[in-house]
Parts: sequence; C-alpha cells; structure tokens
Amino acid sequence: MPETGGRELTFAQAIREALAEEMRRDKTVCILGEDVAEAGTPFKVLSGLLEEFGKDRVLDTPISEAGFTGLAVGAAMTGMRPVVDIMFGDFITLTMDQMVNQAAKVHYMSGGMWKVPMVMRTTLGATRRSAAQHSQSLHAWFCHVPGLKVVMPSTPFDAKGLLKSAIRDENPVVFFEDKMMYKLKGSVPAEDYTVPLGVADVKRAGEDISLVATSSMVQVALGAATMLEEIGISAEVVDPRTLWPLDEKTLIESAKKTSRVIVLDEGYERYGVTAELASVIATGAFYDLDAPVKRMGAMHVPIPFSPPLEDVTVPTEQTVFEAARALCGR
Amino acid sequence: MTTAAQPREVLEKIDLWLRMYRQMVSIRQFEAQVNDLYTRALMPGLAHLYIGEEAVAVGVCEALQRTDYITSTHRGHGHCLAKGASPDRMFAELLGKEAGYCKGKGGSMHIADPATGNLGANAIVCGSAGIATGAAFSAQRLGTGQVSVCFFGEGALGQGLLYEVMNLAQLFKLPVIYVCENNLYTEYTHYSETTAGDILARATAFDLESVTVDGQNVRAMYEFAQLLVDRARRGGGPAFLLCNTYRYHGHHVGDINREYYRSKQEEQTWKTERDPIVNFGKWLIEQKLADQAALDGMQSEIESQMKKAVEFAIAAPYPSPDKVEQDVYA
Ligand SMILES: Cc1ncc(C[n+]2csc(CCOP(=O)(O)OP(=O)(O)O)c2C)c(N)n1
Repeated sequence: MPETGGRELTFAQAIREALAEEMRRDKTVCILGEDVAEAGTPFKVLSGLLEEFGKDRVLDTPISEAGFTGLAVGAAMTGMRPVVDIMFGDFITLTMDQMVNQAAKVHYMSGGMWKVPMVMRTTLGATRRSAAQHSQSLHAWFCHVPGLKVVMPSTPFDAKGLLKSAIRDENPVVFFEDKMMYKLKGSVPAEDYTVPLGVADVKRAGEDISLVATSSMVQVALGAATMLEEIGISAEVVDPRTLWPLDEKTLIESAKKTSRVIVLDEGYERYGVTAELASVIATGAFYDLDAPVKRMGAMHVPIPFSPPLEDVTVPTEQTVFEAARALCGR
Repeated sequence: MTTAAQPREVLEKIDLWLRMYRQMVSIRQFEAQVNDLYTRALMPGLAHLYIGEEAVAVGVCEALQRTDYITSTHRGHGHCLAKGASPDRMFAELLGKEAGYCKGKGGSMHIADPATGNLGANAIVCGSAGIATGAAFSAQRLGTGQVSVCFFGEGALGQGLLYEVMNLAQLFKLPVIYVCENNLYTEYTHYSETTAGDILARATAFDLESVTVDGQNVRAMYEFAQLLVDRARRGGGPAFLLCNTYRYHGHHVGDINREYYRSKQEEQTWKTERDPIVNFGKWLIEQKLADQAALDGMQSEIESQMKKAVEFAIAAPYPSPDKVEQDVYA
C-alpha cells in the first residue's frame, strides 16, 4: 500500500487502520466481540489486529451481546476504551438495555460524574440476500435515545476519520457500517487525521435539488445524481455523516439553495431518520422550499429473502432518479 | 470497653466490629428517616428500604477497600452508606436537590459516588451486572488490584444477563463477586414461585467459587466476603455469595398492606429472632466488647446525626431548571 496522498483503501481497510492507529495511540483501547480475533470477523474487517495487538486487546467473546456490551459499559466507566463488535445490526436488539438504560444514561444519572467512552461497531443494509434477521438498518432506534451518538460513514475516508473521533469521544458512540460497502474503495491519506462528529459533508455540489443521504444511500444518491445530470437536473448530495450530533445548518443551507429536497436513508421510512431530517429541513428552510420534502427509506416490511422481493424494499438509483425528476416537475 | 491488655489484632478486630455495628445502625437510622420523609410527603417519588438487610452491605463493604468498585440496586441506600457515602448528600439526592450526589438527576435509585468506588445504583433489575463485570475487567487489564462487587436481589436470577456475565467473568478470570441478596420476595411474589432449581447451582455451573451465608449475621458476612475478596484480588477469579436475608418493610415505602403475600407472623419472627443489629449487639455485650449504655449512646448519636443530615437536605436548594440539559453528553 503506497504511503502517498493518492493511496486507496477499501472501506474495511480504512476501519481496520483506524482501529490499529487508535490501539497504538492508546493502550486502553480494546476490541470485544464474537469471532473478532483469529477470524477477524465474518467480514474480515479486523484481520491482522490480533497479530499486532494480541489476545489481551482483541478478545473473542461468547455469543452474549448483552453480556459483553454490558461489560464494555463498566470497563468504559473505569478507565478502558472498549470497542464492541456486534456482528450484524439486527443483533443490537439484544444489547438494548445495556445501551439505552445503562450506557446512554450513566453520565446524566450520575450528575456528570461517570463517563462511558465506548464505541459499538455494527452493520446495516439490505440486498445481501440475508433475509429478515440479517438485513435491517435499525440505527434510528439509537438516534431516539439522548446520551448516545450515532455515526453513519459513507466513504473509506469518512469511515476512518469518524471512527478515530468516535474512539476518542467521551460518550457512547454507535458506529454503523454498511456491509455492502466493505469492498468500496476510496482515497485515504496515510497521515493521521480525524473527521469530527457533527459535521456534514457535501459529497457533490448542485443547484436544482438536494439529495440528503446517509451511509449506504450516499452511493445511491450519487448514482442518481449522475443520471439526473443527463437530463439536465443538477443534484447536490449532502451526507450528514453523523445523525447525532446533527449538522442541521449544512442541511438547511443546501435546501435553501436548491429549494427541493429528497431525504434518503435505508432505515424504515415510517417514524424513521428521514422523518426527522425532513422535519429539520422543512422547519429551517420553509420559505425557500418549492416542494414538500420527499422521504425515501425502507418499505414497512420485514426484509424478504427472494431477490425480486428484497430489491423493491429499499431505494435504488432508479427510484431516486424518478422521484427527483418528479419533484423537479420534469 | 477495650482494655490495653489485649493484643493488637484483637484490638483491631474490636474496632472493626464496633465500626460494623455503627454502620448497620447508620443504615437503619437513615432508612427510618427516609420512611419519615415519605410519610410526611417531603420526598418526591418512592424509595425501597434496606431495613433488615444491613448486615449484607456492611459485611461485604467492610471487606473492600475504598477504591474497590460496587454496583447497587433500586434497594441501594445501604450499599452506598456502607461503601462510605455521606448521608447529607444522599438525603439531598433523595429530595432532588442540587447538593445531592447526582445533582438531583438520579434520585433514590441512582446514587453514584466515584470517590467511594460506587458505580451507581440501578433501577433495572440485574441492570448493573455487566457494569460490575466490566469494572473488574478494567481492574484486571490496568493491573490496579481492585475488586468489583455486584449487589443484586434474587429477582435478578430471572435475567439472562447475569448468566452471560458470570460466564464471561469466569472465562476472563475477573475479580468480581456477585452478591445475591435473597430477601425471599421480589416485589410481591415469593422467590420460590419464580426460581426453579437451586440458586447456588447457577453459579457453580460456571465454576464460580460459591458460598451461602446467613445474611443476618454480620460477622459471617464479613468473614466470607473477606475470603472471596482476597481470593479475587489474588487472581483467583469470580465468586458468588448467596446471602439469606429479609426486608422488614414493604417492597417500597408505599407497600403497607402486605398480608396478601406474606404474613405478619413471618415478619415478626425475622424481626425478633434474627435481627442483625440486635443479635450482633448481644454478641458484643456477651463478649464484653461493649455494654448496653455504649450501644445506646451510639444509637442516639447516629440518630441526631441523621436528623441533621435531613435538615441539610430539606434546606438545600433545588437545581435550577436550566440545568436540565446539562450532563447528557460528556
Ligand atoms: C428489568 C426490570 N423488570 C422489572 C422491574 C420492576 N421491579 C422493580 S424491583 C422488582 C423486584 C426486584 O426483586 P429483587 O431483585 O429480589 O430485589 P428486592 O426488591 O427484593 O431487593 C421489580 C420486578 C425493574 N425495575 N426492572
């Protein structure tokens, strides 16, 4: 791998590099999860970390999501900076009490005395033919809870910089990785950098419509933007990068500029992230909007197995293209 | 009542016993004041009194260093006091005052105190089992020599988390002691209706060092706690201490009519035959380590101390409403 400015890493490599750098930098950072050590996770995201850091810092746990998440909460309160690995985002359900009633509340309930600097890494995303219990995007659940931060990287560059910020943060941070994106390549500088939590990024500048997209939906939005360009519609793609803290200003500014907005997120549309983002934009840019903010998320069904069924449950470049064209009156 | 003729170990033991007696009386007096605050409608919400169970918290906490960790439960005042918290700031917390341990944000069920290693009481039954295990994980990884104690009622035996973390604690050989306070009833149900099989067998299945002890006998409590704490500190791994005890009052201060779930006769028997303070006082007198007048003197001294602490809390100001958003994030 060339140590030059132009070097490319996959999304998975960027995450591994962020972990390795933070583990070198801070001896209290350790990884806990199922099949994280020798196996480096089923997605091979962590391959090589065991060899460098040993079994004391890359710990295989039993299949006890609540147990090792709870252990991480206590460890974080008492001097460690654990990073727990929840193999599939669907399994966060098993950790809910530890995250929602413990991690998120310890700081507040103790009047600011105890802190919980931990990270939970997990996945989101459908279309992997994995059916209803391995395909959900449940990040909205955590966004609903004060005390937690929620990070949604969409590029290797962001993944590395955001994960480093998450590990250094003094709060519990949930870091969602789109499992379809692990092989996505992008340029990642060799030198140390972080991406702060709470700063959105305009992934593509445009004039006619804003596509506000998270995680997996950023690539979909960029694809749709290319299609829209061919029919003369200039689309801006804005990636909030973190859902909490949320960079409301950048979203609202983009909406004011283009006057039309589609919000895209792979979580369920009903009561989901798109509803919150649309509300922020509709309130903040009300007098500048030429159309109601359109929301696109997952259909309100368990994710089905059969490919023709699964493929219609989440937004695609084509459906986003069509929605944008309609919103622009073309 | 000590005499100079006695050897140093005996004198130290006498100090320890008198301190344990004092601590038990302090807890009982504290709780009597809580009940009084409730009946005078001076306390917002409810509280779960520890009266009857004092020997458990005192015996265990006397075996701990100030820097050792504990986690506690909804019935947590006794644990906090035994670990060294001061009554005035505890009362202030119970009344929701700024001067409280958690600046009024936690209340009766969430008192925490980093200065005495108290990671916090927890209102989720079994909610802190992960946290206590994680604190032991930190102690081991950071090589601090600390031990962690998880207090919980037998109701927590119904939670899967307990078995997940006992398994983890044994796999990682963590210095954690799980202290089960079996006071016979969960809220309004006898534990035999909710607990199949043998309690101790649950811990021995994970090969934890497991002991049953008379929770009304503070000397026995201390002795066994000391053994298990020393063992854990030496790297011997986790342990389970099953303490048979009884709560004299209702599940909470408002649980007055209890005859539908337990008889007055049963309550009377525990109070008259097995009271931890009365019986320990008798023993101290028998051993000529104290006389009745000294014990009575201690009692009234503590009583007036508690009254002063209550006065402090009543006079203390509430937090101003603009503090409501403080401490959500570190
Ligand atoms: C997860 C959860 N379920 C239910 C409750 C309601 N609840 C509070 S205390 C309690 C009984 C607890 O019994 P036990 O653990 O034996 O403790 P004790 O009150 O006897 O000290 C229950 C059911 C709760 N707080 N948390």
